[in-house]
Amino acid sequence: MSELLKVDKIKTEFQTDKGPVTSVDEVSFDLKEGETICLVGESGCGKSVTSLSIMHLLDRNGSVTEGSILFEDKDLAKATEAQMRKIRGNDISMIFQEPMTSLNPVLTIGDQLTEGIRLHMKYSKSEAKKYAIEMLKKVGIPRAEGIIDEYPHKLSGGMRQRVMIAMALSCKPKLLIADEPTTALDVTIQAQILELMKKLREESNTAIILITHDLGVVAEMADKVAVMYAGQVVEETDVYTLFDNPKHPYTLGLMESIPHITNPDDMRLTSIPGSVPSARNMPKGCRFYDRCPHAMERCLAEKPELKSIEDKQAHSIRCFLYENEEKDYEKKHAEKEVSS
Amino acid sequence: MLQYIIRRILIAIPVLFGVTVLNFLIINLAPGNPVDMMVNPSATPAQLAATKHALGLDQPVWVQYWNWLVQLLHGNLGFSYSTREPVTQILMAHVGPTVLLMGVSLIVGYLIAIPLGIICARKQNSWIDYIVTGFSFFGISVPHFFLGLGVIYVFASKLLWFPTGSMNTLGGDGSFIDTFNHLVLPVLVLATGIGGNMVRYVRSSMLDVLGKDYLRTAKAKGLSQFLITNKHALRNSLIPIITVIGIDIPLLIGGAIVTEQVFQWPGLGLLTIQSITSRDYSTLMAINLLAACTVLFANLLTDILYAVADPRIRYD
Amino acid sequence: MNMPLDQVKPLLQVKHLKKYYPIKKGVISKTVGYVKAVDDVSFDIYPGETMGIVGESGCGKSTTGRSLVRLEDPTAGQIIFQGKDLANISHKEMRKLRTDLQIIFQDPYSSLNPRKRIGDLLAEPLLAHKLATKEEADKKVNEIMEIVGLPKQYKNRYPHQFSGGQRQRIGIARALMLRPKLIICDEPVSALDVSIQAQVLNLLKDLQKSLNLTYVFIAHGLGAVKYISDRITVMYLGKVMELATTRDIFENPKHPYTEILLNAYPIPNPHERNRNQMVIEGDVPSPANPPKGCVFHTRCPFAKDICREKAPELTGKAHLVACHFPIDERNA
Repeated sequence: MSELLKVDKIKTEFQTDKGPVTSVDEVSFDLKEGETICLVGESGCGKSVTSLSIMHLLDRNGSVTEGSILFEDKDLAKATEAQMRKIRGNDISMIFQEPMTSLNPVLTIGDQLTEGIRLHMKYSKSEAKKYAIEMLKKVGIPRAEGIIDEYPHKLSGGMRQRVMIAMALSCKPKLLIADEPTTALDVTIQAQILELMKKLREESNTAIILITHDLGVVAEMADKVAVMYAGQVVEETDVYTLFDNPKHPYTLGLMESIPHITNPDDMRLTSIPGSVPSARNMPKGCRFYDRCPHAMERCLAEKPELKSIEDKQAHSIRCFLYENEEKDYEKKHAEKEVSS
Repeated sequence: MLQYIIRRILIAIPVLFGVTVLNFLIINLAPGNPVDMMVNPSATPAQLAATKHALGLDQPVWVQYWNWLVQLLHGNLGFSYSTREPVTQILMAHVGPTVLLMGVSLIVGYLIAIPLGIICARKQNSWIDYIVTGFSFFGISVPHFFLGLGVIYVFASKLLWFPTGSMNTLGGDGSFIDTFNHLVLPVLVLATGIGGNMVRYVRSSMLDVLGKDYLRTAKAKGLSQFLITNKHALRNSLIPIITVIGIDIPLLIGGAIVTEQVFQWPGLGLLTIQSITSRDYSTLMAINLLAACTVLFANLLTDILYAVADPRIRYD
Repeated sequence: MNMPLDQVKPLLQVKHLKKYYPIKKGVISKTVGYVKAVDDVSFDIYPGETMGIVGESGCGKSTTGRSLVRLEDPTAGQIIFQGKDLANISHKEMRKLRTDLQIIFQDPYSSLNPRKRIGDLLAEPLLAHKLATKEEADKKVNEIMEIVGLPKQYKNRYPHQFSGGQRQRIGIARALMLRPKLIICDEPVSALDVSIQAQVLNLLKDLQKSLNLTYVFIAHGLGAVKYISDRITVMYLGKVMELATTRDIFENPKHPYTEILLNAYPIPNPHERNRNQMVIEGDVPSPANPPKGCVFHTRCPFAKDICREKAPELTGKAHLVACHFPIDERNA
């Protein structure tokens, strides 16, 4: 598997009347072909902004001001709008949270499906329609030949999300960004959509960035996970290591605060006190400082970095608690480099 | 859909009936009557009474209305009290110029306003947005008579580029170019108001649509900004635009009263003022009826266009 | 909840509750059909317990909850509370009973008047029901704000100055102002972030103990319902599918829909991702045109001919289920 995407310390800022607001800061992760990474975190943690930054779909006042986004050796952070237009919907496509509002209500399903196909794959009108019907069948839409001439309001939320998936995958993208694709759906429909995404992933070897706040969805879908808090990645590792051996106090708090149906009857939830700091006044040191049960004096003033520790798989954490392990890891790898 | 249209037309009949009753009453309540205006001031009361009797004006109002209605149902709009010509003929002579003037004004106004509104929305808070929005406020708020007199002063009496009024040069050949020359100034005045109003609706409706999720989807597909704006966004912002057009259509008949007066344009506006001053009941009733029909027709057209523009709207 | 249920008198009894919304068409608005949002729902609520109501969108759980406090006028059925039938009393009488019945909404922000200070918003119900003077109300506001964990100096702030979690605390505080006996919680944590959800759920649990409250807890998130409920009602298309203690619902579900619903939840454990998952096909049918027979038969993997013909009755003593072939009998 070769490297497909490498996001390196990007910073996304929004220009406002009251000056610039940083909503994503030093976010890094990478992704190989066919791999799925989950960005997980609560609202305002910057997971959606990160994905919109990759696609250049931020509002007009937002832009990536630092760092790089290497996609097949092109730096998307520096790409022009014209270059991005060739990539969007073709090499990288995206599905969104709200299937009810993500489709244009005044254009038919077929119209919306075929315009991307015709644009990127240079199909004729009739070829594109035939291909679109094929795509609809692939995502499990019954009566695809009839549905293609319908307007979105005739379809249920689950069906619309299937249309969105068909649309996103029609040009065989190398990377699919799915921003909370099942959050607005009922559980039985969510199960259907996740199942479908797994099936299509296997068939097409598409890499996926899946954005979610639901650790259940993460466990179900991810190869690796980046836990985000207040615009930063605080922990990144493969999915098994994360659930077996979570390290960052925020990750731990998140896992313990979710009421799950497999929890024992009388277990009391541990809640994380307080709330997420606003982007306008981020703490200088660790951003989790005032909610963290292990906060130390230095966490207030000093900024922790995302650093690797020794584990079964690659595992990095942004927390001073693991400083010794991080140092050990560095030493070991420095030695390795010297010896090689 | 067809059923809906038929139903709407059936509902229109009692509405029209009500409109004529109200109009008839209001006109009759106004002081003075046609006889006062048409006979020689030195006529004796007996002569006046005789003329009134001959015209049927001495009968009770409801009898007069009934007579008018019966004639209307026979397709007869009566004769003008002041010129003695058939009303239909007078109306015909004046409808053309007004429809020409207002039609051109509406088209010019829209052709300028709709693209400008889109540009303003796309470039919200830019200098072009500020300038266009400023002009649109000017267009909406400046009175037609004032702007009319202003352009006459500048372009007709000072610069001598265009004639001061009327539709054709007196004794001229009535050619297209001659009419066009006469059209420019009144169209300028009317289109300013129409366009100013439209710009605001297009801008706000576009702004609303540009923030929608499905436009982000369209952009994520790699579509060009041109397609996003003109295919995906414009169709969705049509509903408010259609509403404004629906309100504007009746202006084709009655929108230019002041402007026609200022430019001495021989249209329905001028005719309306003349009929009022001469208490010409039959002509006034005909103009009112025509206006009422246009409003009802415009409303129906608006509703039909809604369903065409937005597939979620269905009448059944 | 230590006594056996049949020895306790219910606080509220819902009997054959129906809420139909007419579908109107044509110029004269002729009623051509009904959306059966709630269709013959019955259950009892005992003092001090939490009754959870779960189901997917369109199952009628919110309409049921709103009917209990007469935010909806029921089409038919009875709601017996303190000897009175809430479904059939006048709005004036209902107003008096509102002090005992309160509701908390999903989106606390849209249910708080943006132009009023929190202190005034909270004092409002007391003053409206003429239950306290201004000073007394003020004292009470301080007290309740402390109970729900809001510093009392926040009294002078406006709703937009609070975060989502704090707003839900305000929603809870407002419901508590009149010392109600029963609180309907309509998706109270669905709009909140997970870490905040836990805070609010714990708060609700603690308040229940200290103030001896009874809850009807409506949510689509099964985890939260399990955490807080003593008994659970599972609804589908306006009907009750299953009603049992929380433990029975989760460990011994009898209705195939309950089983499928539980199974559809993704488990936060990657080692279990390859378990045999039951994924059911299709969408929830429209409540304007529900299937004949058992409403679930169109998606039920075990449906037989009788399910398509005859709607099953809700039967059982403590563990009620509406299915022709409940799970334990199916296996037997």
